[in-house]
Amino acid sequence: MMTRERWNFLWRKAKSRGMTLLAVLCVVLAVAPLILIFSYTLLQGVSALNMDFFIQMPKPVGEPGGGMANALAGTGILIGLGALFGLPVGIMAGIYLAEYGDNPLGATVRFFADVLSGVPSIVVGVVAYILVVLPMNHFSALAGGVALAILMLPTVTRTTEEMIRLVPHSYREAGLALGVPRWKTTVRIILPSALKGITTGILLALARAAGETAPLLFTALGNRFWSTAIDQPIASLTVFIYDYAKAPFEDWNRQAWAAAVVLIGLIFLLSLLFRIVTRQRYAEH
Amino acid sequence: MNRIRLVAAAMAISALAVLPSMAQLKLNGAGATFPYVIYSKWFDVYHGKTGIEFNYQSIGSGGGIKQVIEGTVDFGASDAPMSDVQLKAVAEKQGTEILHIPTVLGAVVVTYNQPAAGTDLKLTPEVLAGIFLGDITSWNDKAIAAVNPGKNLPSMSIIVAHRSDGSGTSAIFTDYLKKVSPTWATKVGAGTSVNWPVGLGGKGNEGVAGLVKQSEGAIGYVELAYAVKNNLPYAQLKNRAGKYVGASFEAVSAAAAGSARNLPADLRVSITDAPGEMAYPISGFTWLLVYKSMKGKEKANAMVKFLRWAMGEGQSYAKELYYAPLPKEVVKLCDTKINAIKAR
Amino acid sequence: MTGKRIITAPVETTGDGEAILPVAAPSLSVSGRRWNPGDFVFKHLTLFFSLVLLSLVFLMGYEMYRGSAITLEKFGWEFLTTSTWDPVMDEYGALPFIYGTVVSSLVALLIALPLGLGVAIFLAELSPAWLERPLSFLVELLAAIPSIVYGLWGIFVLVPWLRLNVQPLLSTHLGFLPLFKGPAYGFGMLAAGLILAVMVLPIIASISRDVLRAVPNTQREAALALGGTRWETTKIVLGTAKSGILGATLLGLGRAVGETMAVTMVIGNRADISASLFNPAYSMASVIANEFAEATTPAYTSALIEIALVLFVVTIILNAAARLIVWGVTRKFRTA
Repeated sequence: MMTRERWNFLWRKAKSRGMTLLAVLCVVLAVAPLILIFSYTLLQGVSALNMDFFIQMPKPVGEPGGGMANALAGTGILIGLGALFGLPVGIMAGIYLAEYGDNPLGATVRFFADVLSGVPSIVVGVVAYILVVLPMNHFSALAGGVALAILMLPTVTRTTEEMIRLVPHSYREAGLALGVPRWKTTVRIILPSALKGITTGILLALARAAGETAPLLFTALGNRFWSTAIDQPIASLTVFIYDYAKAPFEDWNRQAWAAAVVLIGLIFLLSLLFRIVTRQRYAEH
Repeated sequence: MNRIRLVAAAMAISALAVLPSMAQLKLNGAGATFPYVIYSKWFDVYHGKTGIEFNYQSIGSGGGIKQVIEGTVDFGASDAPMSDVQLKAVAEKQGTEILHIPTVLGAVVVTYNQPAAGTDLKLTPEVLAGIFLGDITSWNDKAIAAVNPGKNLPSMSIIVAHRSDGSGTSAIFTDYLKKVSPTWATKVGAGTSVNWPVGLGGKGNEGVAGLVKQSEGAIGYVELAYAVKNNLPYAQLKNRAGKYVGASFEAVSAAAAGSARNLPADLRVSITDAPGEMAYPISGFTWLLVYKSMKGKEKANAMVKFLRWAMGEGQSYAKELYYAPLPKEVVKLCDTKINAIKAR
Repeated sequence: MTGKRIITAPVETTGDGEAILPVAAPSLSVSGRRWNPGDFVFKHLTLFFSLVLLSLVFLMGYEMYRGSAITLEKFGWEFLTTSTWDPVMDEYGALPFIYGTVVSSLVALLIALPLGLGVAIFLAELSPAWLERPLSFLVELLAAIPSIVYGLWGIFVLVPWLRLNVQPLLSTHLGFLPLFKGPAYGFGMLAAGLILAVMVLPIIASISRDVLRAVPNTQREAALALGGTRWETTKIVLGTAKSGILGATLLGLGRAVGETMAVTMVIGNRADISASLFNPAYSMASVIANEFAEATTPAYTSALIEIALVLFVVTIILNAAARLIVWGVTRKFRTA
């Protein structure tokens, strides 16, 4: 005979099982688009991937074939510029926060670094336009690089800080005990130990920068030709995808998918590197 | 120590890569998507011939005009002539005038995605305006059926596609609608950017062509080359003379024929709703916006040489890319303008 | 390192090998007794770069404020409440874009919040250890996909699916609701909301998972000891983590509000305010992306910069609120 308690218990148990099922359903629904997007991109893009795609320049409108060599180079240069401007500032700021930052000023800097990471990339593009394009009077890779640098800053800063904080105090104390000045301890002992972790932060920031489109639309603009000059407009993988995706030419659409495969491959590679390096680090400690 | 050397070497190498490339001369331009098909061909061919790079970004006529005012490009392109206000802005900001150099003629066609309509849908100015005003919302509307007897159009919603960016193509199209529909003239008006009563916005000619191609029941306006290159059908329009004309090289040339005689000195003119039995009603010039006095002697020379080539050999590419070459009288007037380009 | 006297005094160690240095050791004095010019320079150098970072945020706000001076003066607060966007007549009102951003973000949150929470609960509470790591990785991978690729997929997969399958279905069964009226464009508010949902999901999921994990196990053990089921235990943990989850939601909202490319490619680009999700719309980020390069008059540029300024301020507020909340929550748990 079913007592009220037993009934109650069975009902609660069933509810719990039901919720578990629901949670599993959520996971399936969450992972599904990922698989869909990945597989669709691969399917569509792989067919257009060939050696030509990587070494050739874009062809005139409507003519089939051509490649995205300039876009690949452009993205490389843009994230290089972004790193050039963003890494020194980010790493130094991260060191400050980790070594000297346990005070109200440090808290403020930390807070604003986090806040900066939430600013939309299009807004950063507008600022880069105002700060670089207008005074220079034309679009340039430089402007794009500045925009990407601003976008990279928060990630690099916070990762540097976290990684330095993770270095055991004993290292610091050992250096100081041996008479090494504090700054030298930081630079020669702490930094090298944290280097692996900082590198992963850099990789993450580079990956994010490589995938940006909006800020480049009116800073680096775009270029149908091969160009590596920083004071000229420059092509990029992401803007390439944007232009070719909107186009009604099927050949261009396919090239957009191929470029998307390359972009995802690049980012995936960087993320994987990140995972491998952090796993190694944790294993060591 | 070694690590530092490595880093220094890497930085040096990357610095080499980003030094401004000194080999070829480069000019930057931006503007209309309308002539992009032929401009990209021209710049590609010309680059092959002379090694000079004309880097053209097709961001829309509105964008071209703006960048020319700001001086962020060496030249612009637009299918909507610059207004007096805009010309004044250039004079103030850049200290020189803008020359409008017509390069080719093109047609703005009404393209659609409606298999039941076939490839020869007929539209009158009233029906066209009605569709874009949002008064005619279904393919089986009586007004469309009246001009297309024998077609079995379904009761599908009409999805209107227009430009979301500042567009010379829009300027030509709305200029035509303004002339043929008093309702349009009062309600919407003409220009590179208007308050479209209905429809989806696409960026650039490609964007609109893409929208039409992907959406069944869609109708939009694009430059002829974009419709043809994407196997999109386009409608025959009733012109001023009462005849239904499809866009073609002859029909566009016919529209331009009358205008060549009374071209204003600055070469800014609209040829929509042109008289003539064979004239295609939504035709238009497209212009390169060139500074009268350009920065840099090399660039000025390169610009002049290119323009002369465009007026000569360049015109031969027009027909195969679905544009119409300029009438001879216009070319002569252009030559005078090109002679005026100087360096400073 | 040469020529310095090395301390050779015997040094005590703790159990796990860390040195306890005698207080009298001369170099230990970090308070500055052994003042070193190198230290001074280095500290202030790093301080300088931190200040660069800090001032950058203010510089951005200032430049945008200056850049939007024309429309700020001309329209004032009405800029945010008027719907006319007429570049030809130089009349600008940002309401349609604000509406587009708000509604698409709300739709996104409505879908992503329950889904993300479900994922977080699974990962933090229910999943076996061998499954959790790779699943977390997959969810975070969703966040790594660039916006442009989402947009690409949106145009060629999501929009046709909406236009041909979903929207007709919704029209037939729920078409009496003003939400689902109008022709099936495919492009439009619904497409934008859906794509934003996919993009915001990983943020809500991973942060919520971290917050849930931060809740001390004592809570779970207590609930289980009292005879609670898995679900009931989870409910209690959720209650404790409430504010953290709120923080995660705010961060997700911040991302949705600022998302540009994916939205631009599917929202339909129409500055219109309509109750129907089927209608094309326009978001703040999209209008800047589409029209900035061609704003021909100073007022036009100023209007667009002002929209960027609004976005800037809104995302700063959202992020600040979120960080404060999440900080507070995890700090609360650390001291518990």
